[in-house]
Amino acid sequence: MTTTPVLEAVDETLETQGKPPLNVIYEWLTTVDHKKIGLMYICYALLFLVIGGFEAVLMRIQLAIPNNHFVSPQVFNQLFTMHGTTMVFFMGMPILFGMGNYLVPLMIGARDMAFPRLNAFSFWVSAFAGFLLYFSYIGGSGLYAAGSAPDVGWFAYAPLTSKVFSPGHSTDYWTLAVFLSGIGSIGTALNIVTTILCMRCKGMKMSRMPLLPWLYLVMSGLVFVAVSPLTAAQIMLTFDRYLGAHFFDTQAGGSAILWMHFFWIFGHPEVYVLVLPAFAFANEIIPVFSRKAMFGYPAMVAASVAIGFISLSVWAHHMFTAGLGPAGNTFFVFATMVISVPTGIKIFNWLATIWGGKIIFAVPMMFMVGFLFQFLIAGLTGIMLAAAPFNWQLSASYFVVAHFHYVLVGAIVFSLFGAFYYWYPKVTGKMMDETLGKWHFWLFLIGFHLTFDFMHIPGILGMPRRIYTYEDGRGWNTLNFIVGIGAIFQAVGTLILVYNMIRSYYKGKEAGHDPWDAWTLEWSVPSPPPSYNFAIEPTVNSRRPLWDLKHPEDPDTDYE
Amino acid sequence: MTTITTASRIPIDGPIETPWKLPYRGNVGMACLIIAESAIFIIFVVAYIYYIGKSLSGPTPAQVLELPILGTICLLSSSIFVHLAVSSLRKENYRGTTLHLGITVLLGTIFLATTAKEWYHLIHDEGLTIKTNLFGTTYYSLVGLHATHVVVGLIMLSLTLVLSLAGRVKEEHSEKLEVLSLYWHFVDAVWIVVFLVVYVLGR
Ligand code: HEM
Ligand SMILES: [Cu+2]
Repeated sequence: MTTTPVLEAVDETLETQGKPPLNVIYEWLTTVDHKKIGLMYICYALLFLVIGGFEAVLMRIQLAIPNNHFVSPQVFNQLFTMHGTTMVFFMGMPILFGMGNYLVPLMIGARDMAFPRLNAFSFWVSAFAGFLLYFSYIGGSGLYAAGSAPDVGWFAYAPLTSKVFSPGHSTDYWTLAVFLSGIGSIGTALNIVTTILCMRCKGMKMSRMPLLPWLYLVMSGLVFVAVSPLTAAQIMLTFDRYLGAHFFDTQAGGSAILWMHFFWIFGHPEVYVLVLPAFAFANEIIPVFSRKAMFGYPAMVAASVAIGFISLSVWAHHMFTAGLGPAGNTFFVFATMVISVPTGIKIFNWLATIWGGKIIFAVPMMFMVGFLFQFLIAGLTGIMLAAAPFNWQLSASYFVVAHFHYVLVGAIVFSLFGAFYYWYPKVTGKMMDETLGKWHFWLFLIGFHLTFDFMHIPGILGMPRRIYTYEDGRGWNTLNFIVGIGAIFQAVGTLILVYNMIRSYYKGKEAGHDPWDAWTLEWSVPSPPPSYNFAIEPTVNSRRPLWDLKHPEDPDTDYE
Repeated sequence: MTTITTASRIPIDGPIETPWKLPYRGNVGMACLIIAESAIFIIFVVAYIYYIGKSLSGPTPAQVLELPILGTICLLSSSIFVHLAVSSLRKENYRGTTLHLGITVLLGTIFLATTAKEWYHLIHDEGLTIKTNLFGTTYYSLVGLHATHVVVGLIMLSLTLVLSLAGRVKEEHSEKLEVLSLYWHFVDAVWIVVFLVVYVLGR
């Protein structure tokens, strides 16, 4: 078949070769194209991944041997605050929004997001917020006195954030950065929901939509009800600090526990805001590399929606040690246990998809297997922590840190890396290098397990989190040293990924439009996709339109 | 794989539910915004309720607050007029649109003026500021947050009014005006909650 004239015309507008660099920069800065915005999100998030990872390595160097004086206590506080904030708000959210921005319109057969200009606005607000956070290193205490990053923890518990305990402006930079990142997130979530509900191509009923947009829909819904409370709480905190209000000021009858509630009403659903996209990637990648349709599509959708709702009612399991009383504790223990049911359904469905499939162990699939395995373990330690008495014992110990990194790194980052390898050919038109990819995978996997498996043990042995150093002779030394080695492995693995991405862009094999023999609409357009994506708006009549094209003798429609 | 093939192959002939109709994106976007904003308001309302009667010093709401009857009537009835503005626009009754928009803006402004007067009274005569006690803190934040939304709505409505006076608002804009009216209805609905919590429950 030949290209249609429409497609050629569109292609011309994409042409950047031979344009003066200034024009290209100008084009990127002013773009409203969802793919470019998605890429900008991803690049800026990768930058923060490297920064946040660097902070993690510094922390682990400090903790590798007892009585270390590599960094001071203040600097350590700043490190874990900046690391946590960076990773959650300026790596996790933007990178997932970036992927969503890029993929959702392509997968639902739309030409752009519903509100392209709002999209650009949200991006720039979030990006500005990230730079604001790091600007505190320059402008944090008084005018341009260096080295005063926020040090109140990424949860910023009251009364640590009051003027008395944190003078200077570092906390204000933190508040503003989080507030603005919230505005950006809400804007993007609004855009994603509207795009999915109003821009689907002909024939794509909700029941035919790929699972990735479905999960982004649930995730965006969660953003509205989870991120907004945080935004509200930041407004209150700013009033306290600047106008002398008393929301969280215990001296005037205000309550520090109220801040905890507000923070965790955001904080727990936030975990699902981050993990639902990770599920979404798994939902697209696992079937393709098992050469089987996703098992239990309706159950997957139902479980995701259920997770969205239940996750709103479990926040206080972060507060068992704050003294909520038996009735409160029981409720939150119970709710937390309930959420493992839909999660279990998902794991079961992924396994059933892999079961009996012709599995292809390309790099994306390898990351997915890592994701599945580690997510399962994280779920198990999570259930341990959900039991209030157990939690009293382990709360604020390194066991908790190990548990949540199992989710954040073991599940989310693994799935994200898999997604990078999977969609990179679509985005750049080039394949990523498989050998480098395998090096990345194995180094990261080994590093991950060295770090986070061993981190559980000092936690059980009583090592508290957020300490800048510890005494010799507690039995923690060797363990912490191993944990540190693992962190370095992971760092090297990530640098290999970055190198691989840059190298493949110039030297990679041509990918063609459908290198994985996949089934969803994004693989029907050239790689990289032209602006406006589709020359002719597509029409679909099954869940796997490309499968039907390639296998007219066995179309999906027969099974739905 | 050198030529781009599937892009032009994708439209598969098949039975498609006709007509293929999806919701209007303005409405969906506004609905999302309203959900997010409601969550913000809920947090402020929860804080307000949580702190009722917890102030360590005076003044208390019972001492200083009076029911803002006039403002409430104005704001709630403005919802009716913005609705009328939309339906006149649908019927291509442009003068009606201008008129109803004008009344909406007027009523909203009166509401804002009553709030301003109330704040002036509280600050000057009663010495209640955001610093005074928990009541001041939560009162000014919640009512202030609502007033901010009124201001934003009034700005947008006034802009529309100006455009309408200039004869630039036409029938094809009715969907957009409806989105704006949704926002205004939301601001009104929030006021009912604020009214109940602050002036009825809180006293
Ligand atoms: C990949 C290697 C990583 C390592 C070695 C690492 C290491 C650490 C360490 C040592 C702490 C301080 C614990 C404490 O003293 O309480 C920490 C805290 C934290 N990390 Fe990571 N981390 C990594 C990746 C991530 C990622 C990918 C995320 C999120 C997506 C993340 C989110 C957090 C959060 C939220 C905290 C809590 C900060 C706080 O206590 O205020 N980390 N991490
Ligand atoms: Cu939680």
